[in-house]
Parts: sequence; C-alpha cells; structure tokens
Amino acid sequence: METADTSPGARPLPLSAAPPRAGLHRFANPGRFLQLSGRVLPWLAAAAVLTLGVGLAWGLFLSPPDWQQGETVRILYVHVPMAWLAMGGYAGLAVGSILSLIWRHPLADLACRELSPVGAMATALCLATGSLWGKPMWGTWWVWDARLTSVLVLFFLWLGHAALVRAFDDTERGARMGAILALIGAVNVPIVKFSVDWWNTLHQPASVTRLGAPGLHVDILYPLLVCGLGFSLAFAALVLARTRAAVMERRIRALQLAAARRADIA
Amino acid sequence: MTRKKRRLWLLLLCALGLGSATALTLTAFQDNLVFFRSPSDIAREAPQPDRAFRLGGLVETGSVVRETAPDGKPEARFRVTDGAHGVSVTYVGVLPDLFREGQGVVTLGKLGPDGTFRASEVLARHDETYMPPEVADALKKSGHWNPNQGAAPPAATWNTLEPASAQPRRGS
Repeated sequence: METADTSPGARPLPLSAAPPRAGLHRFANPGRFLQLSGRVLPWLAAAAVLTLGVGLAWGLFLSPPDWQQGETVRILYVHVPMAWLAMGGYAGLAVGSILSLIWRHPLADLACRELSPVGAMATALCLATGSLWGKPMWGTWWVWDARLTSVLVLFFLWLGHAALVRAFDDTERGARMGAILALIGAVNVPIVKFSVDWWNTLHQPASVTRLGAPGLHVDILYPLLVCGLGFSLAFAALVLARTRAAVMERRIRALQLAAARRADIA
Repeated sequence: MTRKKRRLWLLLLCALGLGSATALTLTAFQDNLVFFRSPSDIAREAPQPDRAFRLGGLVETGSVVRETAPDGKPEARFRVTDGAHGVSVTYVGVLPDLFREGQGVVTLGKLGPDGTFRASEVLARHDETYMPPEVADALKKSGHWNPNQGAAPPAATWNTLEPASAQPRRGS
C-alpha cells in the first residue's frame, strides 16, 4: 500500500513476474491495480469511443429500416445492448460479491460499490427505450408481463445495492451487506433471461441467441453487435475509472487521517 | 484457508436453497405468471364468466372485418387462433399500427355467453424477426412467405440475403 508501488518501473510487471502470493491476491494490491488500470484505461476509453461511433453511425443512419416497424427499429441499437449490460453487469456484480464475501477481496468491495450505479443506469435506459418502442409497436408503454416485471425488479436490485453499500458508517460492513443482497438478487438474472421462454409474454423471445439462425437480417444484426461491443467497452471504462477514483479517494482519506493523527501528537 | 472453505460451502448451500425455493415458487405460480391464455387453453378449461382475462394468438387470415360502430367509433371483428382452436373477438377502438392478419395479438376482455370475446384492449405482439423491407418484399414476391398467413420462414433462408438483388436461397 506504500506509494512507491505506483511508480512505473519500480518493480517488475506484476503479470510477467512470478506471483508473489498465490491465487487472486496477486490482484488485491490497490497500488498494482492503479498502475495496471492506469495503463489500460486510455486504450479502453479510446476503443469504446471508436467502436461506439462506428456502431451508432451504422445503426442509426446506414442500416435499413424494418419492413413493418419502419425507423422505430433503430431503438434496438440502444435497447438491446443496455439489456445485455443490465444482465451481464449484474452477473459481474455477483462474481465480485463472491470474491468479497469469501476471499474478503478489498478491491472487489470497491468495484461492486462503483459498478451498481452504472448498472442501474443501463437498466433504466433499457426500460426507458423499451417503453418508447412499446407505445408505437405494441400500443402500450408498459405491461406487467414476466419479462418487463423481472427487468423492473433487476432495476430495483441495482438501486438497492447502490443504496445499501453506502448506508453504513463502517464501509466493510456495508460492502458485506451489499454482497449478500447482490447474491440473493442473482436468482433474478436467469428469470429475466428465460422469462420469454418459460411463460408467454408480450415481449418477443430472444432474436440473437436463439437456436438456429439469428432472427435478424445481417444488415441489422451486424450494427447491433458493434453497438453491443461499443456500449460494453464504454461500460467497462466507466466502471474502471470509477473504481480507480474510489481507490485514490480511500488513499487520500488514509493520508489525511495519518496527518491529523501526527498533528494531534505534536 | 479453512475459514475461506467454510464460507465457500456456506455460500454454495445458501445458493442451492435459494435456487430450489425460487424454482418451486415459480412452478407453483406458473398459471399466474403467463401474460395471456391461448384459444386452446380456453377450449381446455373454460374461464369463469364475467372474469376479465387476456387472450393471445395470431389474427386468423381473412377474418378481419372493420366497421364503424353506431357512435362513430371504429369497430373490428376478427378471430384469434393458435392453429388448433380459434376465438371470435370484437373490439371497439383504435387498433395498434402493427395489427394485421397473421400478426400476433394480445387482447384483454371478457368471454360472452355466445362464445365471442369482447375486448377492451388490443395489443400487437411483435415476433423475434427483423428484416429490411426489400428482403420482405422479395420473400413475398417469390411466394416464400405471405405475412398474412403467419410467421416468417426459418431465418437461415433469408437473414443473409442481399437486399438489392434479393433472391431467396434455393431449397428453402
């Protein structure tokens, strides 16, 4: 945790060197995390901007309309990536919560804490764009079918996690409570995914990941996949930047405390 | 290490318990979790009279009659089918843009004593296929698909068609 850790070249590359400790604790060192993520983040952000620019231009301007939805089909290029991120991000939150509960991984605590507001935002965008599509296509903004309801529950789980980890003065206790909530809520992820197969719903079944060929024409499928990649990279960059800021914030607070303690003694 | 192992086992046990509890609950409430009932469900188990429920299926080909009700509102009569059974539906009001023969719909209403379903709400149901207008036109022109008859042919036969020179692949 000493500051010397962060200066580049001060020690061999953590990944190429023999691991000083076994298993995941190699990555538990916040100093090494700052060093590594600092190098990755600019590339990640640049890749996200580039991919998202290409994907959105392709999807919103160059791809064809749908034969019966017309131009409304373009909502798909935001709605579907947001739905993937809402579920994929929650799976990430569950993994982080396992790391924090079993291995007491301090970085996992911070990453989960910084992940949930971004995940809540993705889920909110998924719900909002879906509603905007539903009104002209289905004829209603909202119905209480299994898919829509389970995604709303997912949104509340994200919000609940974000609020719970911040509700304790003892941050470690907050992280543990949040991890338990996240893992209980993880039962909802397969329900969201398979709701359209298990029960009949107003929401259509999966198009991309269905058995056999995707139900989308390639002129619509390819821009969707590029948008999905772009939004995922942007999501990862946001969470990484937030986690870096949280690590640095914690470090500054520790330094301030130490300074205050020294001033007290003097 | 033992403490970590103990926490790991505890977590796995909790996951198993929570997972089976959820599975049991969802199976028990199966009937309440479906958004609509199909005409076959109605034929198998008649709903209680005067109880509103949702009826879903495809709009039967050639069954749509659009009229104007005495009070000037648009009225539509059509049949909702799932292949095996069908139910006649009447609806006064504006239909969604996607409503057409062969399209999936979900209607909310009550089943009358004459067996006609009086709907107070009609929603269109979009299926999981997305195709450019040129491709749909090509499929229609070549006789591979009539949207009024129901769902599109298997996606593998059209999802890589060139829209400009759309010619459905042979053997489809």
